[in-house]
Amino acid sequence: MGFLDTILGRTKPVAPNLDALFGLPTAALTLQASMDVQPTGTGSVCFRAAEGRAFSDIEKEVTDLLSMGAGKARPELSQDSYGFTWLVCQHPEDDLEGLVTDLHAVNSSLEAGGFGPLLLCTLVGFRSPAGQRLGLVYLYKRGTFYPFAPAGGERRDSALEMQVRGAVGSDLKIESDLSRWFPVWGAPGL
Amino acid sequence: MAHTRYATDRGLIARMGATMFLIGLVFVAFIAALVYLLGAFSNISTGGIVFLAVAAALVISLGSYFWSDKIALSTSGARLVTPQDGPQAAELHGIIDRLCALADMPKPRVAIAPTDMPNAFATGRNSKVAVVCATEGLLRRLEPEEVEAVLAHEMSHVAHKDVAVMTIASFLGIIAALVVRFAFYSELFGGDRRGGNNNGNNQSALPVILIVMAVGMVVYAISFLLIRMLSRYRELAADRAGALLTGKPSALASALQKVTGDMARIPTRDLRAAEPLNAFYFAPAFAKRGAMITLSGLFSTHPSLERRLEELAKISRQLSQ
Repeated sequence: MGFLDTILGRTKPVAPNLDALFGLPTAALTLQASMDVQPTGTGSVCFRAAEGRAFSDIEKEVTDLLSMGAGKARPELSQDSYGFTWLVCQHPEDDLEGLVTDLHAVNSSLEAGGFGPLLLCTLVGFRSPAGQRLGLVYLYKRGTFYPFAPAGGERRDSALEMQVRGAVGSDLKIESDLSRWFPVWGAPGL
Repeated sequence: MAHTRYATDRGLIARMGATMFLIGLVFVAFIAALVYLLGAFSNISTGGIVFLAVAAALVISLGSYFWSDKIALSTSGARLVTPQDGPQAAELHGIIDRLCALADMPKPRVAIAPTDMPNAFATGRNSKVAVVCATEGLLRRLEPEEVEAVLAHEMSHVAHKDVAVMTIASFLGIIAALVVRFAFYSELFGGDRRGGNNNGNNQSALPVILIVMAVGMVVYAISFLLIRMLSRYRELAADRAGALLTGKPSALASALQKVTGDMARIPTRDLRAAEPLNAFYFAPAFAKRGAMITLSGLFSTHPSLERRLEELAKISRQLSQ
């Protein structure tokens, strides 16, 4: 925020950074090679549904768009307890490119509709060899990723998160401010 | 396209700019008047009073600037909480985490005040030391979506650096008030000292000090009205930014209705305890009603409920276009 924005009390909504998502397939390869962590083929986009017709139209458009194509499952829409909407896309485990393309389609439709500032995060699911669930969370407004590994109850497997951070650090821009690694408990698609 | 939906409210910006300009203008005029009066009469004791007032105002302003968070926390009896401090704290942290990610701002500290009155406040001079506080009543009585809307409003106050802006804006009023007070005290207690010290300069001491006092009173009155006006505009700006952040102006509107509607049910003791914090709160606990409607409108720190709801309805229409 500039000086003038402070004086006049205005905030510019933060536009999302969409392109960094395409770094995910490379990072997934690195994770496989170094830690034997496999993608689950599930990914989700989390956004805030604005009230009104304009947004629900776009939401419908996106789900229709993603269910086009042979044998593709209709993406699932669900609400979490914080009032955010999660759109879950399911792809075969080895088709991370396709998944990322779908996730990107959601983002760009919302942005084209003028709702880019309402995008919260995108989550791509992984599984460690021990069966531990792991998500790479992309923060649109920061343009950074962070790992999130829920370890039963409301605890996080921080060791695994740190290990992932080290492994993919050269492929993805990892969020350096640890206080922004907020937990997404029970996120659909994890 | 993204820009049309989130267009800034030019009318609000212009009114706020004009208010701040006027505050600056009154400040400059006040200083000029003091310099002129002191220069014309070269009166030592009046000069001392003005100097003392400015120094004391600086101390008060710096104090409230640097300790706004601690003062507000101790006045409200709120305690800082971590996500591990129970389900209410975890929920509050979760909401604030998400708002921070949406708005791309650093996470403020989170506090809960043990008050049954549903309300919230934010304080702290910058986003690093900011505290966002919700009362237990807010978390218990409002829907999660409404709590989120209220918190988005409070976080907008943090993003707009309202503590800093209001402290600077209030500086003038504090100086003026102190000049009046110190001049008054010196008249009360300094009378015989001047009588014993009988030279030419002191003959004019009484009128000068009275003029300074009168100027101080006028400036105080004007700056008081302007600061209250500025406060109301900052509230509207925070309403707007908060509603756009969550995409749900209606949730904020219904929260406002609940928060102000609940005031009637609150016991008087609670209300009195909440009084010093009024300016920081989401909605003031004191909604004066009655015949003096315009006067109370001029004096209040927050815009009327009707005004706020109307602005939110406008944003809602904008979003659904």
